[in-house]
Amino acid sequence: MSDLKKIKDDFLLKLERKLSLSEINEIKTNLFGKNGLISSQFKKIGSISESEKKKFASELNLIKNELQNQINSKINEIQNEEINKKLEKEKVDITLPERSFVQGKIHPVSQTIDEISSIFSEIGFSVEEGPDVENEYNNFTALNTPDNHPARDLHDTFYLDEKKEKLLRTHTSPVQIRTMLKDKPPFKIIAPGRTYRSDSDQTHSPMFHQVEGLHIDKDITMGHLKGCLNYFIKEFFEVKKIKMRFRPSHFPFTEPSAEVDIGYEIKDGKIVIGEGDKWLEILGCGMVHPNVLKNVKVDTSKYQGYAFGIGIDRLAMLKYGINDLRAFFDCDYRWLNHFGFDPLDVPTNYRGLSR
Amino acid sequence: MKITFEWLKEHLKINLKEKDLLKQLTNIGLEVETVENLSSGIELFKIAKVIRTEKHPNADRLKVCDVDIGKGEFKKVVCGAPNAREGLITIYAPPGAVIPKTQTKLVIAKIRNVISYGMLCSESELNLSDESEGIVELSTSKYEKKIGHRYFLESKTNTIDLSITPNRPDCLGVRGVARDLAASGFGKLINLNEKKIKSNIKHSLKVKINKEKNQGCSVFGSCLIKNVKNTESPQWLKNKLISVGQKPISAIVDITNYVMLDINRPLHAYDADKIEKGLIIRNSKSGEEFTALDNKSYKLEKDMCVISDANGVLGLGGIIGGIRSGTELDTKNILLESAHFKTRSIRNTAKKLNIDTDAKYRFERGIDPLSIEEGLNKAASLIKEICGGEISKIDIQKTESYRIKKISFNPNLFEKITGFKISNKEMINILEKLGFKCKKERKYFSLIVPSWRPDIMQEIDIVEELVRISGYEKIKIVDPIKERTKSTLTKSQKLFHFLQRSIASKGYLEAITWSFSDSNYNDHFKGKCEDIRIINPISSELDVLRNSIYSNLIMYMRKNLDRGFKDLSIFEIGPIFTGPNPGEQNTVVCGLSAGKKSRLSWIDEERDIDVFDIKRDVIQTLIEAGYSSDKFFIDENTPNYYHPGKSGRLFLNQDKHQPIAYFGEIHPNILKKIDLKTESLVGFEIFMDNLKLTDKTLNNQKRKFDVSDFQKSERDFAFIVSKDLKAQDLINVISNIDQKLISNIRVFDVYQGENIPENQKSIAINITIQSNEKTLNDNDLEKINNLIIKTVENKTGAKIRS
Repeated sequence: MSDLKKIKDDFLLKLERKLSLSEINEIKTNLFGKNGLISSQFKKIGSISESEKKKFASELNLIKNELQNQINSKINEIQNEEINKKLEKEKVDITLPERSFVQGKIHPVSQTIDEISSIFSEIGFSVEEGPDVENEYNNFTALNTPDNHPARDLHDTFYLDEKKEKLLRTHTSPVQIRTMLKDKPPFKIIAPGRTYRSDSDQTHSPMFHQVEGLHIDKDITMGHLKGCLNYFIKEFFEVKKIKMRFRPSHFPFTEPSAEVDIGYEIKDGKIVIGEGDKWLEILGCGMVHPNVLKNVKVDTSKYQGYAFGIGIDRLAMLKYGINDLRAFFDCDYRWLNHFGFDPLDVPTNYRGLSR
Repeated sequence: MKITFEWLKEHLKINLKEKDLLKQLTNIGLEVETVENLSSGIELFKIAKVIRTEKHPNADRLKVCDVDIGKGEFKKVVCGAPNAREGLITIYAPPGAVIPKTQTKLVIAKIRNVISYGMLCSESELNLSDESEGIVELSTSKYEKKIGHRYFLESKTNTIDLSITPNRPDCLGVRGVARDLAASGFGKLINLNEKKIKSNIKHSLKVKINKEKNQGCSVFGSCLIKNVKNTESPQWLKNKLISVGQKPISAIVDITNYVMLDINRPLHAYDADKIEKGLIIRNSKSGEEFTALDNKSYKLEKDMCVISDANGVLGLGGIIGGIRSGTELDTKNILLESAHFKTRSIRNTAKKLNIDTDAKYRFERGIDPLSIEEGLNKAASLIKEICGGEISKIDIQKTESYRIKKISFNPNLFEKITGFKISNKEMINILEKLGFKCKKERKYFSLIVPSWRPDIMQEIDIVEELVRISGYEKIKIVDPIKERTKSTLTKSQKLFHFLQRSIASKGYLEAITWSFSDSNYNDHFKGKCEDIRIINPISSELDVLRNSIYSNLIMYMRKNLDRGFKDLSIFEIGPIFTGPNPGEQNTVVCGLSAGKKSRLSWIDEERDIDVFDIKRDVIQTLIEAGYSSDKFFIDENTPNYYHPGKSGRLFLNQDKHQPIAYFGEIHPNILKKIDLKTESLVGFEIFMDNLKLTDKTLNNQKRKFDVSDFQKSERDFAFIVSKDLKAQDLINVISNIDQKLISNIRVFDVYQGENIPENQKSIAINITIQSNEKTLNDNDLEKINNLIIKTVENKTGAKIRS
C-alpha cells in the first residue's frame, strides 16, 4: 500500500518542477512503460488475495489517472508555450496596406435609368426598347409631325442617307409607335434609351438619354397623367412634397400638351428640389394625339391616354449635383469614379432608391 | 417673339400689373423666356464736353481729346470723328458701357499706344439715327448746364421674350397675344376701328398670279402709294421697334415691320418705279438668279415662288425681297404687297436656299389669309400719315379662296380628356373670346374656326384650347394604382442589367460614349462592316456609327492614360451598328484593361495585366449570369484587332454556333497607330444578343441536388504532348472517359524546356476521382488511372511522363 502512495507522491513532486518535453516523456516511460512502476503494479493484481484485490485495483486506477492527467496537462503547458513563442516571432505590422483591389462603378445615367425603372415598376409600367436608328416615319410622320411641319426644325436630326429616310432617333417617342403597332391595347410602358440631336454646347450634347412613358387604356385622363408624374417626381427626388407646375405647350404627337416645371431653390450653393420660387423645366407630356392613335390602328373611340418624355441626364444632374452635361460622355476616370455608383447599389423600392 | 406691356395695352384694356401678366402668359402656354429691362446700362451714357483736342502722335486721322464728364472728372478719349473739337458738347460712353448698335462692351483700350478711356458716340452708334459721319453734337444752350448728367431717360419698359410654339403663328403678333390673354379673363380686347382706304385713284400696275402647278401664292393684294417722301421714322415708331429688339431703318420699312409685329401680317414694299411693266407671280426657272436684301446672290431651283417683272426675279414670295426693287430714302412711288403664300412652298424654298427671315418664319407657320386688306389699310394709312402721298385702290389677285373651317364639338369630350368639368356657358365664352363662332346644335357645338388658327383641325384641339385657357391647375390629380400585371423587365433586359453590374463588380468603371465615332478609330475595329456614315455629322471626328465599342473606348482609354493614370479598367454596355437600317444593331459589353497588376506593392509581385486576367473576367461574368462553364468552348479565331497569338473566341458549346465573346490583347500595331502607351492592354467583347435565353428560370435549370459522401481521391498526371495540343482538348478527352467517376480536372503546370523534347511540352493535371456508389478501393483507382493514361496517349499522341 505504501508503495503506491510513495510512487504517487514522488512523481507528483517531480512533475511540479519545470520540465522539458523529453524529461516528461522519461517520467512517462518510468511510470507507464513496459516495466514502468505503475505498469508493474498492475501486473501484481493477479497475485493479490480476493479480499484485497478490489480495493487495490481501484486505488491503483485512481493514482494512474491522477498521474496521467498531471503529465498531460504538463505536456499541454509546454506545447502552448512553444506555440506562443512561435507566434511571437510571426508578428507582422498590421498597419501595412492590404492587398490592392479595384472598385468598379456604375455610370450615373445607368443608375438613374434603374431608379426610374424601379419607380415605374411599382405602378405597373414595363420596359420597352427600340432601335437607335429609326426611319423617318416612326420618328416623325407617325407621330403627327409631317414633312413640312416646323416642329421638325426643333429637332436637329442626324441623317444616314441623302433622302433623309433613315436617321438617329431624336427622341424615344418612336418606341410608342413600335409598341402600339406590335401589341394590342392597353399599353403601360416606359422606354429609356439613347437619343440624338446635332447640337452641342454646355447644356446640349449630340447624344443624350430620354425615357418615354405611354399609358393607353379606357378612360385615362389628364388627371392620371398628373398623378403619375407627381408620384414619379416625388419618388425620384425622394422628397415628401413637391412643387409641380403643368404649363400648356405644344408637341405634335400630344394634344393637349404640357411642359412640367418643378419648384426649386438654391441653398448654400446646392439645388433643393420641392421648395423655393424658381421653376425648372424637366419634362414634356400630354394626351396622345388621336392622329397618332389612328396611325397605329388603336380605336380612338375606346382608348385614350397619355405620354411623356423625360430627359434622364437632366434628372441625374439635378439629383446628384452634376453641373456639366458633356462630362457624362467624356469618360474621365476621375469623374466616373466620383459620380459613379457601387455595382451592388441596385435601386430597389424596399431598400430605397439611393443610399 | 418679343413684346412689351405698353404695346400689349394698345390691344388690351387692363388694370393689372406686369408681374401678373408674366405669370398669366406662361399659364396659357405663351411661355415667358426672359424679361429684360431696355434701359439697363443706359444710364452710363453721359453728357460731356470736349475741353481740348490734339493730334494722335501715331495716327493722322485720330485725335486725343480731354473730355469733361462732370463733377470735376476728366477723361482722355481717342476719337476719329472729324467734328471732334474743343467746346463740343457730345455723348460719352465709359468703359463697361454696351454700345446699342453693335452690342459690344467697351473696355479701356490702347489705340496706337495711347490709352483711351471710353468713347465719344455717333448718333448711329446710339441707334438715334443713321448718322455715322461724326459724333453727336448737342446744342450748347440746352446742354451746357447738364454736363455729367445721363443722356437717356430711364425707361421702365421691359422687353418680354415669349417662346411661341410652332402651332401658334397667331401669337407672333401682339394682337394675338392680347386675344389669348383676354380669353383667359386677363383684360378686355380693345376693338380696333381700322380706317379703310377710300380712294378713287386707279391702281396702275398690273399684277398677275400665273396659274401653274404648285403655285405657292394664292392671293396677292397690293396698292400703290405715289409721291411719298421716305424719311426717318418718327420717334414713337423707332422706340416701338427698338423696344422689341428691331432696328429702325426708314419710315416705309419700319411701318411694314410694325404692322407685321402688331397684327402678324407680313408686308413688302417695292420701289414702284423700279418695277418693269407690272408684277408676275410665277414659279422660278432653274438657274434664275437674283440678289436679295441680305446682299446675297441666290441661284434658284425650279418651281420656287418668285415675284418677278419683265426683267426677271424681284424677290422670293413671302421670304425675302430683292435689292433691285428695294425702297430707299429717295423712293417716290411704292407698291405695297400683302399676299398669301402656302406654308409648304415657303418651307421648301427657304430650306433649299438656307434663308431665314421674319416673314418666312411667319408664313411657314401660317398667316391669317383674311388679313390681307387689313394689313394694306393699316400700313398705307401710316405711310400716308408719315410720308405723305396718294394711295390707290387696293388690287387683289386670287387663285384660291379661303374656305371656312367647321368643327362639330361634343362638349362631353372635355371632361373625358381632362377629368374635370366646366359648364357649356364657360366653354362658349372662352371659344368666342378666342374668335370662334359658336352655335349650339342639340348636344353639339357647331364651331367656325377663326381664320388665324391653322392649328385647329379637330375636336381634340378644341379641348386643348379650353383646358389651356381654363388653366392646367384645375386638372385634379388621380393617384396611380400600385398594381403590376406584367413583369417590368424582359429576360434580355434582366441579362443586360446583370452583365452591366457583374462587369462593374470586377473593377471596371462604366463609361457611356457616343454611338457615333471617328472613322479613323472605327476603321481599326470595323472588321468586314461597311462604314455607316452620318451625312450631317456634328464634326468630322464623329462621322460614322460605331461598328465596335472599342472605337470610342480605346480613344478614351488613351485620354485617361495621358492624364497620368496607369492601371485602369473601363467598360461600356451599349449598341454597335452592323448596318444603316433600323434594327441592324447589337448590344455589346466591351471592356478594356490597361497597365499592371499590383503596381508598387510591398506584398505582391508586380506583373503586366494579361489575357488570362481578362479571360477570368469574361468567364466569371458568364457564369454569374447563369451559363455553365462545363460546355464553354474556346478557339483562337479572333478579329484582326486582337493579338493573333494571345486572344480567344468563346462559344457556349462545341457546336460553335455564334461566338459569345472575344477576349485578348489588343493588337500592338493599333496601340502604335493611335499612340497609346501602356505596359499592356487587354480587352473583351461580350455579344449579348448571341447569348441564348431560355424560358426556364435559373432555378429550374439546376440539376437535382445530389452529392456523394464516398471518399474521393486525387491523382496527379504529367503528360508530354505536342506543343500545339490545346489544354482544352486534353481536358475534353479526360472528362469523356468516365463522367461518373471523374469529377474535376485541373491543369496545374505547363512546362517547356530542359528535359522536354523540342516541339513538345509537359502538361500536369490534377484529377479528382469519386464515385456516387461506393468508396473506391486501390484496385478501382488503379483501373481508372490506367484508363486515363491509355486513353490520353491513344487520342492525343501524348506520353505519360515517368
